[in-house]
Amino acid sequence: MGSHGIKDRVAIVGMGCTRFAEHWDKGLDDLLLDASDEAFTSAGVTKEDVDAYWVGTAQGGMSGMILAKPLQLEGKPVTRVENMCATGSEALRQAAYAVASGAYDLAMAVGVEKVKDSGYQGLNAFPVPSDGTQRTLTAAAMFSMVAPAYSERYGVPMDELKAVLARIASKNHHNGARNPRAQFRREMSVEQILAMPPVAGCLSVFDCAGVADGAAAAIVCRAEDAHRYTDKPLYVKALSFVAGNGSGVTDPGYDYTTFPEIAACASDAYAQAGVTDPRAELAMAEVHDCFTPTELVLMEDLGFSERGTAWKDIEAGAFDLTGDLPVNPDGGLKSFGHPVGASGLRMMFEAWLQLRQEAPPERQIATVPDRSLALTHNLGGYPGEMVSFISILGT
Amino acid sequence: MAPRGVLGAAAYLPHRRLDRTTIAAVAGGGGGKGTRTVASYDEDTTTMGVEAARLALAGLGPGAADRIDALWFSTVAPAYADKTNATAIHAALRLDRASPAFDVNGAVRSAVGALRATLSGAGTSLVVAADLRSGLAGGPDEAAFGDGAAALVVGPAAEGAPLLAEVIGKGGATEEMLDRWRTPGDARSRVWEERFGETRYVPLGVEAWEAALKHAGLVADQVDRVIVTGTHGRANTALAKKLGLGDRLVDDLSSTVGNTGAAHPALLLTSALEAAQPGQVLALVTLADGADAVIFRATDAVAGWSPRRPLAMQATAGAPIPYGTYLRWRGVLPAEPPRRPEPARPSASASARSSDWKFGFVGSTDDAGEVHLPPQPAETEQVAMADAQGTVVTFTVDRLAYSPSPPVVFAVVDFDGGGRLPVELTDVDADEVRIGARVELTFRKLFTADGIHNYFWKARLLPAATDGGGA
Repeated sequence: MGSHGIKDRVAIVGMGCTRFAEHWDKGLDDLLLDASDEAFTSAGVTKEDVDAYWVGTAQGGMSGMILAKPLQLEGKPVTRVENMCATGSEALRQAAYAVASGAYDLAMAVGVEKVKDSGYQGLNAFPVPSDGTQRTLTAAAMFSMVAPAYSERYGVPMDELKAVLARIASKNHHNGARNPRAQFRREMSVEQILAMPPVAGCLSVFDCAGVADGAAAAIVCRAEDAHRYTDKPLYVKALSFVAGNGSGVTDPGYDYTTFPEIAACASDAYAQAGVTDPRAELAMAEVHDCFTPTELVLMEDLGFSERGTAWKDIEAGAFDLTGDLPVNPDGGLKSFGHPVGASGLRMMFEAWLQLRQEAPPERQIATVPDRSLALTHNLGGYPGEMVSFISILGT
Repeated sequence: MAPRGVLGAAAYLPHRRLDRTTIAAVAGGGGGKGTRTVASYDEDTTTMGVEAARLALAGLGPGAADRIDALWFSTVAPAYADKTNATAIHAALRLDRASPAFDVNGAVRSAVGALRATLSGAGTSLVVAADLRSGLAGGPDEAAFGDGAAALVVGPAAEGAPLLAEVIGKGGATEEMLDRWRTPGDARSRVWEERFGETRYVPLGVEAWEAALKHAGLVADQVDRVIVTGTHGRANTALAKKLGLGDRLVDDLSSTVGNTGAAHPALLLTSALEAAQPGQVLALVTLADGADAVIFRATDAVAGWSPRRPLAMQATAGAPIPYGTYLRWRGVLPAEPPRRPEPARPSASASARSSDWKFGFVGSTDDAGEVHLPPQPAETEQVAMADAQGTVVTFTVDRLAYSPSPPVVFAVVDFDGGGRLPVELTDVDADEVRIGARVELTFRKLFTADGIHNYFWKARLLPAATDGGGA
């Protein structure tokens, strides 16, 4: 028994990522085709060369046929996966394990979400028949409860904490402004963000991820075959997943200043990859900045900052594009929006660009090539009840 | 046969009060002086009935719910037709499965009918009445009416539960006449010319009064306190004058509460009992499609009775509601709904499986005694938490979530004795909440979808006077 990981046994050899936007003129099929075609081209393969497919979508449709139909796949195994906001990452995880097992030589993971056809703002889960007692609060409100809890526990005055949160959003907007694939490409100052009215707790809309359509894809093979497809593969160093049991929601001991599922997931991922000092060893991290307080707490749960100190590191610019550990160099969910099935693979796409030094110069991080590891992280759910995914990828 | 009477009584007034002087500026007329009670957007007659019944049972001490042989529920504003409403009250109170729950609905007089029937019957009954009373904007009914509920525990004395008041006389008179009527589904009642009703009701009242006195073997002067209420305001006043009641007349709460329809007789009886002295004779005279009179004698036990949340206290509490909000809550003023998907209807079968939780707020405990809300599927030990009080650990105000009346105020609550639940707050303004605030649970309607009322519990701030106490 044990979580052994598949360090250096699987490589990503091609990737694709659409622009994330309000794609009024593109449907789910179009987005899937765009991301898939870019990934095929990137790896120099055709759809026939890929032996098995995993398609991640939270609400885009049922079964593998949502990919088999637009790609017109003939006799291929296609599996649709869903794991809340980690859906796209889950697709990659399954594809990676499939080639590691030897069952297939070449596999593709593609994630997609067509959010903007619902007619409502924000993300809206489809209803599962229930007894009607589940809370109906928005995710923004659930995560907003982190801010006062953090303020209270670590003695950071709310006004100062709000400025820290605004700095997180401002940083991600700064990075997104330098990314042609991002939904929002405008810089926002801390002052502009602080002037916005609250919509949930102390959070304004600028503390929340955008809402966009998009798709992203990755092609994986066993590590020894990687150079058939690319000179610069990314190797899978760790894939970790934790599904919470919801105890934080019912446990009076839970204080809303940490996400225990993520700390556990990070511990497993670092063990798989042999990382002992993530702040010093990672070149970059793409984290799930669904709301600004989330990114704040993640810096501590992922081991980038000591408990109670992330707010100081953020103020000091440690996670800026030019900081000692750039976080969300592509602009994050803040700039990209969050097409649920696609986000995890979009994060890996940034690792693909940055570690291969193919990011545009105005966004290329300076920690590469001295460091060669990137972390991507997704969470789905709410404080106290969430799923967590972490990958560590490296050249 | 053992003497019967009232063992427990409680009223429930909703939190909000409409200042009648604010009506005319909007409606162009109407209104008046004083206030009326207004049920919250998340209350209906069933939820208010639950609240009154909880208070009545709480006054009887632990295990009171187990002594109830039957539940009777009356309202002229039922949440459902065809389907019994009393069963939701039965479930929220966790009454015995073998004890039936009946609706006696439709007419204002039904409530007094249930009271008279149970006073004459056998066993111990919980007699609940609730009403949500409206009229069209600017009309006399809108201002004169109120919302509220009352519950009486009726039966013979039991171990540890003495009679507060013994019934000693009953009388009535019935006559088919047209004074006040409403077509089912209409928001307003219609009334015939006032003078006609008055001239019929006063003799009916006298007839019932005299019959009850005769039954009790009393003369009029021996009655200390008299309640006169009914569906015709002028007739009530005229009858009180005709009977020469003077200061023996019990305040009908029209200046603070308004006339709560089917709930009003039990509500005023509760009020009279709270003020009663041992040995006092109390009469309840009601005018509604006839007249009914019931005479009680307060027992020695009334002196030692301390109601859980006295009506006298509730009547002076509460918080104002703007007339515009009142109109929106009543659906008189159609308001733009939140631009969010409307919630899906709750599942009948899922609700049935989780009935103890959804209606009764029953959690579970693990081997170490930790309380879990909602109950964990693997844990078989149940723990009733509806009467628990708790403390706000953290909270938020959600201006994005769907609500019939945004914004949603929401808190993480840790309960005394264990257990935590993130739960919506109600009867609260967003700026009233603070970490550390003390809360209690209240049975509410979260929303209605497909005609299905989604009942569940919310939390509300404890009244300051009862903070931390079980008074």
